[in-house]
Amino acid sequence: MATVFADPFDALFNLQRALEARTESDWLQNQTAGQGPFPPINVFQQGADIVAIVELPGVDKNDLQIQAKENTIRIAGKKAVDLPEGVSVHRRERVFGEFDRTISLPIQLDPDGIKAEFQDGILALLLPRSERDKPRTIKIG
Amino acid sequence: MASARELQVQKKREVDKKEETTIPARVFLPNADIYETQNELKVVLEMPGIEKKNVEINLEDDVLHVESRLDLSKYAGLQPLYTEYNVGHYARSFQLSSKIDQSKIAAEMKNGVLSLTLPKVEEAKPRTIQVK
Repeated sequence: MATVFADPFDALFNLQRALEARTESDWLQNQTAGQGPFPPINVFQQGADIVAIVELPGVDKNDLQIQAKENTIRIAGKKAVDLPEGVSVHRRERVFGEFDRTISLPIQLDPDGIKAEFQDGILALLLPRSERDKPRTIKIG
Repeated sequence: MASARELQVQKKREVDKKEETTIPARVFLPNADIYETQNELKVVLEMPGIEKKNVEINLEDDVLHVESRLDLSKYAGLQPLYTEYNVGHYARSFQLSSKIDQSKIAAEMKNGVLSLTLPKVEEAKPRTIQVK
């Protein structure tokens, strides 16, 4: 199931197709906290760890709070769209408001190893699997 | 103007291509806010995940083209498990009226949001007319 990007022109297309294919994925289905409204989250696997990428354009780092507890991640904050006073609006497509979303993952996380990076409106959460959860080979004695 | 309704995810809209593209990938329309102040027109485009250096803004024949490319290296080695949104390049064009001073267009980008400032030409600024 590894996606190999051989041709640089196809790289984006393959990624987009892989993302579309997983939209029906029931990977989070059995958990109570899973799909919800804003913000949209994509969950990837990187080796044994999980990487969650969240789209938050226009959100300031100070308006964002991330909490981790056992196997749930909570992302909360405020997306503000600053319109100056006395403007005349021609078109409004951007949304704004407060959001608070929790997702629970079906793996055990190592809470001390969780890293978050926020850049260009994208929040990337590196969620390492806890040591206990990793598969161990058992020798037959 | 802030309503109490919940923040909803906006599904990305694809660009309506008039010509064929050489790259077989989807290009999306960034969400835009356009508003007008006394002296200028502001166009704000949401393009999350795009770096400042990958944005191209062209002005040709009164049409403003904004195109940006996504840097795929961040997705190398990641296998999708569960996805709610798609990613890709962005493109959008706007027809400008002659009231814009095209030599003074400014752009800045922060947190994935591009703000374009299009100053109005002097004659286009609103003037109040005194009734004698």
